[in-house]
Amino acid sequence: MAYVAVKGGERAIDAAHAWLAEERRGDPAVPDVSLAQIDNQLGRAVDRVMAEGSLYDRGLAALAVKQAQGDLIEAAFLLRAFRATLPRFAHSLPVETGRMQVRRRISAIFKDVPGGQVLGPTCDYTHRLLDFALADSGEPPPRVPAADAEPAPMPLIHEILGQEGLIEADPPLPDAAPGDLTREPLSLPASRDVRLQALARGDEGFLLGLGYSTQRGYGSTHPFAGEVRMGEVAVEIEPPELGFAIDIGDIVVSECQMVTQFTGSKTVAPQFTRGYGLVFGFSERKALAMGLVDRAMRTEELGGDVTAPAQDVAFVLSHCDNIEATGFVEHLKLPHYVDFQNELATLRTIRATAKAAEPAV
Amino acid sequence: MNGYNFAYLDEQTKRMIRRALLKAVAIPGHQVPFGSREMPLPYGWGTGGIQVTAAILGADDVLKVIDQGADDTTNAVSLRRFFARTAGVRTTTRTADATVIQTRHRVPEQPLREDQILVYQVPQPEPLWRLEPSRVETRRMHGLADYGLMHVKLYEDIARFGHVAISYDYPVLVNGRTLMSPSPIPSFDNPKLHMNPALQLFGAGREKRIYAIPPYTEVRSLDFDDHPFCPARLPHVCGLCGATESYLDEVVTDDRGGRLFVCSDTDYCAGRRAAGHAGADGMKAAAE
Repeated sequence: MAYVAVKGGERAIDAAHAWLAEERRGDPAVPDVSLAQIDNQLGRAVDRVMAEGSLYDRGLAALAVKQAQGDLIEAAFLLRAFRATLPRFAHSLPVETGRMQVRRRISAIFKDVPGGQVLGPTCDYTHRLLDFALADSGEPPPRVPAADAEPAPMPLIHEILGQEGLIEADPPLPDAAPGDLTREPLSLPASRDVRLQALARGDEGFLLGLGYSTQRGYGSTHPFAGEVRMGEVAVEIEPPELGFAIDIGDIVVSECQMVTQFTGSKTVAPQFTRGYGLVFGFSERKALAMGLVDRAMRTEELGGDVTAPAQDVAFVLSHCDNIEATGFVEHLKLPHYVDFQNELATLRTIRATAKAAEPAV
Repeated sequence: MNGYNFAYLDEQTKRMIRRALLKAVAIPGHQVPFGSREMPLPYGWGTGGIQVTAAILGADDVLKVIDQGADDTTNAVSLRRFFARTAGVRTTTRTADATVIQTRHRVPEQPLREDQILVYQVPQPEPLWRLEPSRVETRRMHGLADYGLMHVKLYEDIARFGHVAISYDYPVLVNGRTLMSPSPIPSFDNPKLHMNPALQLFGAGREKRIYAIPPYTEVRSLDFDDHPFCPARLPHVCGLCGATESYLDEVVTDDRGGRLFVCSDTDYCAGRRAAGHAGADGMKAAAE
């Protein structure tokens, strides 16, 4: 009988999980991929999963990528669910990106800057031609010789502009502990710390699209990439029982200072404003998009009219999290037949009422 | 389960959720924000209900999980297993034997008791969201009990279709004060919320809200004096147990218009059949 076919969910789930495990491993004749291989050779995937998974741990992120068969949103979800079980014992001091061990640092607003323009391991100027040599695993490429010169200090570009007062200064550090969306639900209007946290965890594709929309006129900010830098920064915490900061480790981050259109008011002379992006790992695309969206969300604060999606804080913050989004979009796969049959009944009633009201021919 | 606390969540998180639950019970129908955690199941699949259940579950509890009224739908199976694995509690499919029932989209047919708790999974806790997407604005409307917008929506339905065209997630007024989403249960189930002896808890994980209906609380479905609320039920009899009062699923049996109508509450239907009741299709199946 047909009705019996919808039973047996328990057996079906077990069978599905077994099949999934088999699919994940693939052909047993092909060697198993190691976490070290994923971490080393698919590093950008690991970076993205750490950023959207909100947990800086390359090993666990590589495991998540493997377990999720390369589905990066699923991998970020695995990492988030693990992260939720960890105790939170401190918040760090602000990381000093001015003291970064820089691997890459560019500024689009000056031809040259103190410390120089450093391209780093970028694919920016590669020609996007498939490299068929990579198809055969061969010898590793020759090592790049290290530069002779002692690395010069690399001051932050916006601080150079700030000496003339041409760009807004960093806001003072708030006295209160920074907000944490993973502990307290989002409440609107959200403060900038919470907004930046949401963007840093947010979906790269969503932020890319929103940032792009501001470039096409939906909330334009006339942006310039003031500075993009990537490298290692030290993370420090200051335990109250010690009273001084201790270094707990280094993380790789990408940072973008977006310099945007100048504004002014009766009390403040016109100056450039800023949008800020900071992301775990080498995730430059997302850092730039985040800088655009952060600045767009400051429209109201800077006296503008909120007309575009990227400027609407509630809209952006409520929809940028891909773990929330994927769950709710994909929950449409769950059975909804009780509600659907109610809709069927309502539709039949409305159609019958309409038909009864038709004049007889 | 090794490496995890009883019922998965750590005790600090459970305490935070219980504080939200106490506040929710104190203000019936009011949405209380809570620090919803990322669960190992996706948002939209019952994370709110799971967190509420995890926070109230004790070692002696007996848990029942239903989805669409059925114990054997895939997500109900998955959630029941989650708690069997992380809390080691006894589980049941019998409504009468359960102390905690987690549900999605249905209220059991069998009346509940004072010693039972019904936990609803809620996708969208804000009853006004279709009419006003800004949660800043809806919060203000709840504060002022300004629900004119919803009454206008019901009025427009009546003007256009002759009756209210909401068949599930039908808005209710709780304790004469707060407009509340009963979650996407069919309007057929709405009257069961009213003066229910059991505690009813609602968890929305993705939207990070908890709300509650304490036992014996007035819950009215919105209507007008000249257009009273009328819950919908298919005009059929359960094909398996012959029930005439239960909520029915419509099952497509062939591609020639064949339909089988059966109780959506599988425990209710099985209980009736065990007691000797039979429907037309049930007898046919037994004869084959």
